[in-house]
Amino acid sequence: MQNHKTLWQIFAAPILIGVLSSIGLIAALVGDGWWDGISWLTLALPVLLYFFFVLRRRRVNS
Amino acid sequence: MLLLCITGLPLIFHHEIDDLLHAEVKPAEVAPGTPMADLDKLLANAMAKSPGQVPHFLIWDRDDPNAMFVSVGPTITANPVNNRLVRMDAHTGDYLDSPDVTGRFTYIMLKLHTDMFAGLPGKLFLGLMGILFCVAIISGIVVYAPSMRKLDFGSYRSHRPRIVRWLDVHNLAGILLVMWTVVVGFTGVINTWADLVLKMWQFGQLAEMTAQYKDREVPTKLTSLNSAVEVAAHAVPGMTPSFVAFPGTIFTSKSHYAVFLRGETPVTSRLLKPALIDAETGKLTDSRDMPWYVSTLFISQPLHFGDYGGMPLKILWAILDVLTIIVLGTGVYLWLRRRKTGVSTVRAIAQTSAVEAPLASS
Repeated sequence: MQNHKTLWQIFAAPILIGVLSSIGLIAALVGDGWWDGISWLTLALPVLLYFFFVLRRRRVNS
Repeated sequence: MLLLCITGLPLIFHHEIDDLLHAEVKPAEVAPGTPMADLDKLLANAMAKSPGQVPHFLIWDRDDPNAMFVSVGPTITANPVNNRLVRMDAHTGDYLDSPDVTGRFTYIMLKLHTDMFAGLPGKLFLGLMGILFCVAIISGIVVYAPSMRKLDFGSYRSHRPRIVRWLDVHNLAGILLVMWTVVVGFTGVINTWADLVLKMWQFGQLAEMTAQYKDREVPTKLTSLNSAVEVAAHAVPGMTPSFVAFPGTIFTSKSHYAVFLRGETPVTSRLLKPALIDAETGKLTDSRDMPWYVSTLFISQPLHFGDYGGMPLKILWAILDVLTIIVLGTGVYLWLRRRKTGVSTVRAIAQTSAVEAPLASS
């Protein structure tokens, strides 16, 4: 049985992703070109992570 | 909320969908640097094609520098919501087309998304729904902690019953998207207040700027539109005109052209600055930056629409929207399950794991 996690352990990754998302949301407002690229990468991260986690477990367990 | 997410999806690509479904007259091909048409001539051409109508606004097309719109209504005081847009060639000043957009798929989606065909009450109702959505997200963050106490970040228990899998999907997608959903949800709420913000500006800054002219009527003969735009562009260097409001419309006084200018970067292109040009003398009356509440509205628009970072950003917006629909759908399922059984989802999961644990160990 795992030990109960602390709040910090639970929210460390979500906070990191949240900060990156905010950077992405603002970056494309600030400028074009590179700024747009930063925005695409940081906002694609949660999408990629979602598919990574859902598909990974399915493969491991099947 | 599901309605908002679903109708919002095609709206991300409204421009592309309209292009695909509806043919439009293309403006003339011109060499770079070709001078713009004289605006008075362009306006005259537009009005010749719109008998019995008066011009409300002259709008530069953001997406196509070769085209402009003249927004016309039956009288100068008519509600501009029902205006028709006349497309004009920005270089030759010729009439292109003025399609009726109200039957279009994107128009119906837009109405469902913004006011459900119910005007301001519909908007404010959807705004209230948006506020509840934000509250739901925050409560979701709060209950995320207890449900993740024993799980690693990103856990997806694919071999478990559907209620567990969907809880994991709900938690995972919900927490991954939390910043995007809060921003898009809250900026959407701000957008529902657009009409109120406009009214505040009308009775606040605009009334201040035009106080000494408030008893004047709409001039019978307006000065040149073209020179009004030139005077405005000269008064506010470094900015380009975005649209002109004709005297007597909601964005200006009865006797001023209001030329709204914009900057060049994605953010400054949203922050419009009005220059009021006296339509009797053709001289500049005043030009001020918009107050903070209007700027907030302007900034919240791109953050809601996702139209400020090219096609890749639009596609990401669409994927994030679909994932939000999944979060909503799984959330409704989990809530219904909980109502049906009368026990909390977490408890139900604890029970199923208690049943499964001996099986697994035996």
